[in-house]
Amino acid sequence: MLSIKNLHVKLEDEDKQILKGVNLEVEAGKVHAIMGPNGSGKSTLSYVLSGKGGYEVTDGTAKLEGVDLLDMEPEERAAAGLFLAFQYPVEIPGVGNMTFLRTAVNAQRKARGEEEMSASEFLKVVRAKAKDLQIDAEMLKRPVNMGFSGGEKKRNEILQMAMLEPKMCILDETDSGLDVDAMKLVADGVNALRSEGRGFLVITHYQRLLDHIKPDVVHIMSDGRIIKSGGPELALDVEHNGYADIKAEVA
Amino acid sequence: MAEAVQKPNPTEEMIATLEMPSAGWSVAARQNALTRLRATGLPQRRDEYWKYTRPDTLIQPVAEPAAVFENDEAQLFDDVDRLKIVFVDGTFDADASDDLALDGITIDRLEQTDADLHWARDLYGTLEQNGQTPVARPLAALNTAFASDGVLIHVTSTPSKPVSIIYRHASTTSDAILHHFVKVDSGAELTLLENGPAAARLNKVMEIDVADDAAFHHVRAQGRDHERRAATHIFARLGARSLFKSFTVTVNGVMTRNDCIIELTGDDASAHVAGACVGDGAFHHDDTVFVTHDAVNCESRQVFKKVLRNGATGVFQGKILVKAGAQKTDGYQISQSLLLDEDSQFLAKPELEIYADDVACSHGSTSGAIDEEALFYLRARGVSKNEATDLLTLSFLAEAVEEIAQESLRDQINGRLASWLGRRSD
Ligand SMILES: Nc1ncnc2c1ncn2[C@@H]1O[C@H](COP(=O)(O)OP(=O)(O)OP(=O)(O)O)[C@@H](O)[C@H]1O
Ligand SMILES: [Mg+2]
Repeated sequence: MLSIKNLHVKLEDEDKQILKGVNLEVEAGKVHAIMGPNGSGKSTLSYVLSGKGGYEVTDGTAKLEGVDLLDMEPEERAAAGLFLAFQYPVEIPGVGNMTFLRTAVNAQRKARGEEEMSASEFLKVVRAKAKDLQIDAEMLKRPVNMGFSGGEKKRNEILQMAMLEPKMCILDETDSGLDVDAMKLVADGVNALRSEGRGFLVITHYQRLLDHIKPDVVHIMSDGRIIKSGGPELALDVEHNGYADIKAEVA
Repeated sequence: MAEAVQKPNPTEEMIATLEMPSAGWSVAARQNALTRLRATGLPQRRDEYWKYTRPDTLIQPVAEPAAVFENDEAQLFDDVDRLKIVFVDGTFDADASDDLALDGITIDRLEQTDADLHWARDLYGTLEQNGQTPVARPLAALNTAFASDGVLIHVTSTPSKPVSIIYRHASTTSDAILHHFVKVDSGAELTLLENGPAAARLNKVMEIDVADDAAFHHVRAQGRDHERRAATHIFARLGARSLFKSFTVTVNGVMTRNDCIIELTGDDASAHVAGACVGDGAFHHDDTVFVTHDAVNCESRQVFKKVLRNGATGVFQGKILVKAGAQKTDGYQISQSLLLDEDSQFLAKPELEIYADDVACSHGSTSGAIDEEALFYLRARGVSKNEATDLLTLSFLAEAVEEIAQESLRDQINGRLASWLGRRSD
């Protein structure tokens, strides 16, 4: 599904190398988790994959179902099935959440040569999915993420994911800032989307989310590289012992 | 001895090309305006309020020709039930206009009104003259003196539908001078719509006298006619507890100068002036607003938003003057530009002048680029760069459009803005 090879990324304006050779394969139907110390490059990886400006790929490749992602515009990557749940969802004053969702759903459909969703069908679907995530109608009416609490913003990301039904979902610290109940809601939302044809890359600092969203593989990222990969037990190891041992082990 | 060389005088050169009616009720007012025009002369580059906008093409005796823009879109306000008054190149078109009869209102043509008893006789030009201090507005004096057509609207009670003035541009060399006077009697309410490019060059004055407890709503669209030029003035006087709301959307036009001069003369009155403008390429748009508070507990708001791309220029000069004794004044002014590229520019001159001590006035002016974080967020959800830019642009303009009181008119303007934005040439 997602295939990253030897990815090297530096900042565009600065001589600062952030990713130093990332290798990662996420298969369809699988959930991969990435953990790693602050500043190790996890968000950078997610941004580079989704096409954010300000970074320069100096080496390596990233493909989605065999198609080169790095050559595409952000909206083309989205239409190809890539989705990033942002670590810091952006507030957009003046653009209604509903307008935004509908524009996004229909833009992707159009890009894929599919028919647009009718207003009434859209409303029906969005209401049902919002209800599952306990996002009330009033929040849907507000401008995108404006006045949303941290946890509400994260739930709104999952709502977007549920509406867009991407093939490859990257979740960047979607659990941070969530209370215990909200974490359960978000995890349920993600689990509902788990399927044969869909891959997940879940970036997190905490084992707790992984109790709800059972990963197939856990990777540890440190200083711009994946330094260790393993099963779910690796997350438990980090939870108990931190990163020092793992770093020492591979040094 | 050197021979004295007569320096060409632009004011006299302009006057020489124009004709004033020799008889009729308005002659005294016109003569008075001509005297005032001669005293100030036409605007010069060095004048304080013409620093950012070159007056040259507005004061040259013969207008620059302007190609007529072929618009294939449905006309704005087409589906609004309204009384239509049509001017073609600045001349009233009776065939295209509706019957000018509507309950609660009388409409006369400036040009045809010969009755000496006419209500307008003692009013025509008075608000314009009043608006000449402290800042001279010579193009408006010229207009009062030489206006060739216009309408005189007297609102005695609230009519059942809006009055809509439609300006068509048909000749590439048309040079129109239009003068309207609107008098809204106590307790009455009028909605006035205006749209269309008018002429190759338009000089328009609208005087609006809003009596105590009266309301005046104005929604104006200056259309997508790329080469047209316009200098327009609104002079409004507001009585006690009255409401004045004026919104203008401007999309293209090589040169537009919109002056709006409002005087709040009765207590508890409200004046809201707003503008949304989208400038693309060779486009110069200037909003010059002067609001004078001369009564107690009045509120005024100026909300101007300009989106500029491909080298367009936007200007805002806005002033709130609070006279001594105008206590409890609530004055607000905001002007903002969204610059979509580095070739475009926004020049702003916000001013406050306050002679009362118990007032709340604020003003702000900002100039910014599109929010890259928001743009990426939208694109990451699959919205194309152009569509995302348009969404953010519309949301930027929203605060100005919100100033229109009627939702259906707001929707029309928003719909039109969206389609205008979507029609980018790149
Ligand atoms: N635009 C930028 N300008 C400057 N430094 C940047 C930029 N983007 C990333 N960095 C730097 O790159 C490094 C990796 O940042 P990144 O956000 O990817 O870390 P992370 O692993 O997601 O950390 P966290 O767990 O705290 O979210 C950090 O040192 C960060 O300061
Ligand atoms: Mg991060």
